Amino acid sequence: MTEPLLRMSGIGKRFPGVQALDDVNFEVAPGEIHALLGENGAGKSTLLKILSGAQQPDAGAITFAGKPVTLSTPHDAQQLGIVTIYQEFTLAPNMTIAENVFIGREPGRWPFVDWRKMAADTRAITRRLGLELRPMALVRGLSVAEQQMVEIARALSMQSRLIVMDEPTSALSSSEVEKLFRIIRDLKAHGLSIIFVTHRLEEVMQICDRYTVLRDGRWVGAGAVAETTVDGIIRLMVGRQVNALFAHREPAKAGDVALRVEGLTRRGNAQDPHASVLENVSLEVRRGEILGVAGLVGAGRTEMARAVFGADPFDAGRVEIDGKPVSIRSPQDAIRHGIGLVPEDRKQQALFLSLAVRVNLSMAAHERIGRWRVFIDEKAERDLVEEYRKTLNIRMASPEQIIVNLSGGNQQKVVLARWLALRPRVLIVDEPTRGIDVGAKVEVHNLLFEMARAGIAVIAISSELPEVMAISDRIVTMREGRVTGEINRDAASEEALMTMMTLSAKAA
Amino acid sequence: MTEATRAQPAAPPRIDAVGLMARFAPLIFLLALMAGFSIAQPHFLTPLNLFNVMRQVSVYGLLAIGMTFVILTAGIDLSVGSLVAFAGLVAAAVSKGGIANRFTVGEGEAALGYGWELAALAAIGVGVVGGFLQGFAITRLKVPPFVVTLGGMSVFRGAALLFAGGGPISGFDPDFVWWGQGKLPLPLPRVWPLENLGQLIVVDVPVPVIVFIAFAVLAHIVLRSTRYGRQVYAVGGNPEAARLSGLNVRWVICSVYVIIGFFAGLGAFVLSARLDSAEAVAGTGYELIVIASVVIGGTSLFGGVGTIFGTVIGTILIGVLQNGLVLMQVSPYIQQIVIGVIIVLAVAFDTFVKSRKRTA
Repeated sequence: MTEPLLRMSGIGKRFPGVQALDDVNFEVAPGEIHALLGENGAGKSTLLKILSGAQQPDAGAITFAGKPVTLSTPHDAQQLGIVTIYQEFTLAPNMTIAENVFIGREPGRWPFVDWRKMAADTRAITRRLGLELRPMALVRGLSVAEQQMVEIARALSMQSRLIVMDEPTSALSSSEVEKLFRIIRDLKAHGLSIIFVTHRLEEVMQICDRYTVLRDGRWVGAGAVAETTVDGIIRLMVGRQVNALFAHREPAKAGDVALRVEGLTRRGNAQDPHASVLENVSLEVRRGEILGVAGLVGAGRTEMARAVFGADPFDAGRVEIDGKPVSIRSPQDAIRHGIGLVPEDRKQQALFLSLAVRVNLSMAAHERIGRWRVFIDEKAERDLVEEYRKTLNIRMASPEQIIVNLSGGNQQKVVLARWLALRPRVLIVDEPTRGIDVGAKVEVHNLLFEMARAGIAVIAISSELPEVMAISDRIVTMREGRVTGEINRDAASEEALMTMMTLSAKAA
Repeated sequence: MTEATRAQPAAPPRIDAVGLMARFAPLIFLLALMAGFSIAQPHFLTPLNLFNVMRQVSVYGLLAIGMTFVILTAGIDLSVGSLVAFAGLVAAAVSKGGIANRFTVGEGEAALGYGWELAALAAIGVGVVGGFLQGFAITRLKVPPFVVTLGGMSVFRGAALLFAGGGPISGFDPDFVWWGQGKLPLPLPRVWPLENLGQLIVVDVPVPVIVFIAFAVLAHIVLRSTRYGRQVYAVGGNPEAARLSGLNVRWVICSVYVIIGFFAGLGAFVLSARLDSAEAVAGTGYELIVIASVVIGGTSLFGGVGTIFGTVIGTILIGVLQNGLVLMQVSPYIQQIVIGVIIVLAVAFDTFVKSRKRTA
């Protein structure tokens, strides 16, 4: 093989509490399309951030085009010709295409901008991409695919040699994906290297030359795409023992169907029928059962939960509670029908960080601790807090402690207690153990088991496959807003789940 | 930190000196200011002067109570001053017996007007409707509070000018004026001299002061002990979490503008009574003083943090500052500069305490 364009060797990066990357090697040859693969949290994003100069590695060395380099800032990386196109675009919507392409590098004699040249250069680049875009059009009027092309045009205008694309196809329709692939192949023909990050393994087989797989922050394999299969890659991505630290339990004796969701559909962008957030999602969960929902980030799991809970509107579909159809248009409706939601992002969506534990815990249960409908009975409230402090083993200095000072696990228990105080029929927990330490994880799992034992129907969304497998009685997988399969806990393996999560074909 | 709380569940919370200081900073600052003024100017610390200060701040104070609700939801109301002018004029016209008679001169039996009850009701009605319209625009048309109330500031001032039709409306029924200039003898415990501490003594308390304190107590109870009060803090602290906890966020936000409208109406009534006059330029610049009082009292402009107690202290602090500077014959222009600087410093202090907490 020829001298690689990029060689990252022995890269290590530690964040408080986690080793995000550990001795990772990564090489990209000139003129190749290289897939960087791994589960959520495998370390892909961290590696890309180091490559783009946004973060500094603790260990390791980087050589680019044969020379050792230090990437201290994103500017350093750009100077070398390494350009990253993020999943969330970094365009300024109220500026023109030309301005976005040349932002910070406007042609002309300072402080004036040579608009004519800027427009002409932009047109030349977009033509090369096979696009007809008016350079003076505003970016805000462009479709997602077109905005992506503007990002690529910007990368080309910077004389880049290596373009990093983070999930470039996740928001595109299939025809747009084809167009993007044509452009990528064209870039490759001109000698550029592309790093392609995706969750869609079919696309890897279709367009990439080589691949590198990360797992739990380590390099686990690399090779030529032609010499492997989707299954082979999945084995590399998953290949680990089910973590013994996760709690286990006996399968529950499930009761009647508590929640049934049918044909739930939510369109994202009205102009783009492909950009459905949720497409015909149907599922049911029984009393005393824990239904796991697996899927990669962006698969529509959170969107499903929010729609069922009334936090987001949906365009079609119906929700039944205990066999009766209900109309849910707001979280208040959902709560009235006995549905609770422990949201994904504890700090942004669940906690009142400036308020006391007591206030946080009782927030949804004012009905229960009210006096004369108007006042809050402080004694009843204190009793409520004490009750859940005991049953959930919430460790706090006092009920008056400001909640921001509790550990993540104890904060999460307070959020769980908030819903338990309402005695829900259905509780949806979205990433219930995100950002909490291992011991507290087991406690949260045991709490979920106890809730199920008490007859609550639990829907547990998690990005950690071992967790989903350990806590669920039954698992459904989602991808791109659709349910792609359902599997019983006994039949589930990480490989099977990963296949259902990454392939569009509906698993039997 | 988290490990410590986990390991020792029963450990008492550490005493947070900065936090404690922050909590009582407005009160400490007020006492220091009063001590300073009483040394510099012996007339300052007389009951007469102190009641004077209280009477002067009572209208600001009523508005600041309403503003506390608004700022607790991370909102702002720039229109209070204009709304005071408009509501005051409406109250004045009602007391004169209608818009056609608003310039008639005459008191008591000679006045053709309706009673003070109707005048007060009219002022409060105007305030509540004005506040509701702004709350509606904020929650339904989704225009930021800053913009809506900036518009309201202009609209209500224009309405006041239009309504006044040139010149103030003055000379009200004595029953009306009593609400601004009257006094009520109340038995109060003595605090000075020390040997008579706690002994009850009958003092003539200005009526506006009683109104202010009464509503401050009521608002304190509402914020502290009712479900509605909880919702105000929750919506200000984290609107998304409030919504996902089943609170009607839009309703709560709209309601705080109705509340400040109520207080603008009540304040307008008391102000007109105190001045025995209402005019279109009344209340000019009040929004700044009122917002300053609330912020100096420790309420966070980002919402979710603050108390009525703090607001009362903040209001008195500004009143003491103005009064003390007047007694020391400092130019009113310099007073404005001082108040402006104190607002910025108060918020800077608040931000400093917050950043301390985050890194701790």
